Amino acid sequence: MSAEPPALTVTGRSPAAAPAAHRRPSPPGVPLLEVSDLHVRFRRDGGQVLAVNGLSYTVSAGTTLAIIGESGSGKTVSARAVMGLLPATATVSGSIRFEGQELVGLPEEELRRRRGSDVAMIFQDPSRSLNPTMRVGAQVTEAIRAHLPLGRREARERAVELLRMVRLPSPERRYFQYPHQLSGGMRQRVMIAIALACYPKLLIADEPTTALDVTTEAQIMELLLELQQQLSMGLILISHDLGLAASHADEVIVMYTGRAVERAATRTLFARVRMPYTRALLDAVPRLERPPHSLLPVVEGQPPDLSRLPAGCPFAPRCPRADDLCRQAPQFEEHEPGHWWACWHPHGEGEEP
Amino acid sequence: MTAATDGAGAASPPAPGSALLEARHLVQEFELRNFGGGRGGVVHAVSDVSLEVRSGETLGLVGETGSGKTTLARTILQAPRPRSGQVIFRGVDLVGLRGRELLEARRHLQMVFQDPFGSLDPKWRVSEIVEEPLVAYGVGRRSERRRRVAELLDLVGLDPRRFGDRRPRELSGGQCQRVAIARALALSPALIVCDEAVSSLDVLIQAQVLNLFEQLRRELGLSYLFIAHDLALVKQVSDRVAVMYLGKLCEVGPAESIYREPLHPYTVALLASIPSPDPEVRRPRVADTIRGEPPSPTDPPSGCRFRTRCPRARERCALEEPPLRRLRPDHLVACHFPVSESGDREPVAAATAPDRPPEGSTPTP
Repeated sequence: MSAEPPALTVTGRSPAAAPAAHRRPSPPGVPLLEVSDLHVRFRRDGGQVLAVNGLSYTVSAGTTLAIIGESGSGKTVSARAVMGLLPATATVSGSIRFEGQELVGLPEEELRRRRGSDVAMIFQDPSRSLNPTMRVGAQVTEAIRAHLPLGRREARERAVELLRMVRLPSPERRYFQYPHQLSGGMRQRVMIAIALACYPKLLIADEPTTALDVTTEAQIMELLLELQQQLSMGLILISHDLGLAASHADEVIVMYTGRAVERAATRTLFARVRMPYTRALLDAVPRLERPPHSLLPVVEGQPPDLSRLPAGCPFAPRCPRADDLCRQAPQFEEHEPGHWWACWHPHGEGEEP
Repeated sequence: MTAATDGAGAASPPAPGSALLEARHLVQEFELRNFGGGRGGVVHAVSDVSLEVRSGETLGLVGETGSGKTTLARTILQAPRPRSGQVIFRGVDLVGLRGRELLEARRHLQMVFQDPFGSLDPKWRVSEIVEEPLVAYGVGRRSERRRRVAELLDLVGLDPRRFGDRRPRELSGGQCQRVAIARALALSPALIVCDEAVSSLDVLIQAQVLNLFEQLRRELGLSYLFIAHDLALVKQVSDRVAVMYLGKLCEVGPAESIYREPLHPYTVALLASIPSPDPEVRRPRVADTIRGEPPSPTDPPSGCRFRTRCPRARERCALEEPPLRRLRPDHLVACHFPVSESGDREPVAAATAPDRPPEGSTPTP
């Protein structure tokens, strides 16, 4: 590639017209992604870290599932398991079905074919996910050619088209720039372009805006959701931010110590929080409605060590409602239509704070 | 921001409500070097910023990456010294001080940083870390210092017997931040500068540390300069809030007033960007309140620095820099066309504005 950017002429095809031309048709009546009883363990220092302990969920095309949790709750590990991106020290058991096909135990070759074309992922820190020594356009082109039988020129045209689709300003010029010449928001746009290179059916966004400023975060989220609708993708949004989930997701799963503790449609969940942990998370977020210098309601302590999980409810040691019953693990069940939780003493209707 | 406390002696603490720290016309610039050492332009990190932190209050400082908020904090602490301007702390101008005098003046001005692991020496024990400022300033005998360290650890909610001998890697992020706070408190400061001090912590731990800051404020009568990018968080802790954009102050005023009726279009955009933990709350689309990417601080726009992204920008904004002026009691704004001056929250029709933003700020809705 020459140092002087050659002029790129791109035929003005509308990005919305192109999608999914190569996409294999989805089998009817099967959920896009079905995870059931997923367990992930890591070997460490002779012991085991129980990172994910029996997680189940489904994602349909065109919907957004938010997985919410703190550091160490297993939200990222479970997503990486779906992508087949865990290190060799990890043991995965349970079932991950993509369009009905089992991914757990699939050979690496087959996984690699699916990664990036059917399922794609964007990560938290765009500056560490991009190659600093490659022009951004080449990185998009690389992702396209890894999966699609396109020539150099076609791939390049498509890359510019993708950069335009993610609204990178002046994409023909930016194509020849290096990551350090772009702002954080623009780099995340490039990452999204790479993830969408093959118009995946499922996109996993792992804290996609955590490293960005608030105004940029809002812009990127608006873009992501628009593209999701346009391409009717399933979207898994992994975040620590309940506010982000409330404003963007259709369904929310709250995770603690590697298991789901509450799950419901977004409106249901925020209208009727059942699990004390979810309540604690919501209460601990500073909100504009609170007066200055007010103390936040907090739960003391820290999440337990994942190599020495307590018997019974994992939140019990920190929970204000815990009693003897909580020494037995509560089942994660659908207690109300569409509303799952795992708690012996859920918040009830008459006593909402 | 001119309420000076001339004549306040260095030793006597100022009365509550008077200026404890006052920055006057601070300017900080960094020269960039190209490969080979040629001049590569100047980063205008802080441009003529004046603000005060009053005794007993918390001033929140909000801004995005590159707004100069961290540089402002470091400049106040004289690390590095400003290009020009004054920093009056308890009646003494820090800019003029050297060596031992500066050290003595800075004793009551401490800082807590963002990265709890990065700001603690990994090889030191917790008790040594907290004792270090006492040793550096030659406070007390060894046994007295030990007692003080135990007291400080207690104060920040760490059991000295359990945590005193640990090293930073044996602590969680929240515990590390508590150690950093204990260290900052060691010399009984009057003012603590918190630079994104809770940003890297998980929500529940963040709430614990925020409450700790609040308890310390009540018990010890501390003042804070609290820097963060999260407006909701800043409102939680602040009496007054200053909003910064590209090295300039946009708006300064009482926290409640700024959040209820923001005057500067940038503050409006920041508020619109906060995702609400209530799915029923609908906020305006961010694209309607701000557009494009922030310009480079090496080449800030003429006139108002926000005008290239502002939906209300008109010709005058490019020609004339808006001064910080008082529109409400104690509430200042630097804008020619402030938002709720005439009660309107709608942007002035941007399409009819005679002055289009210059090339390079293509709107990215």
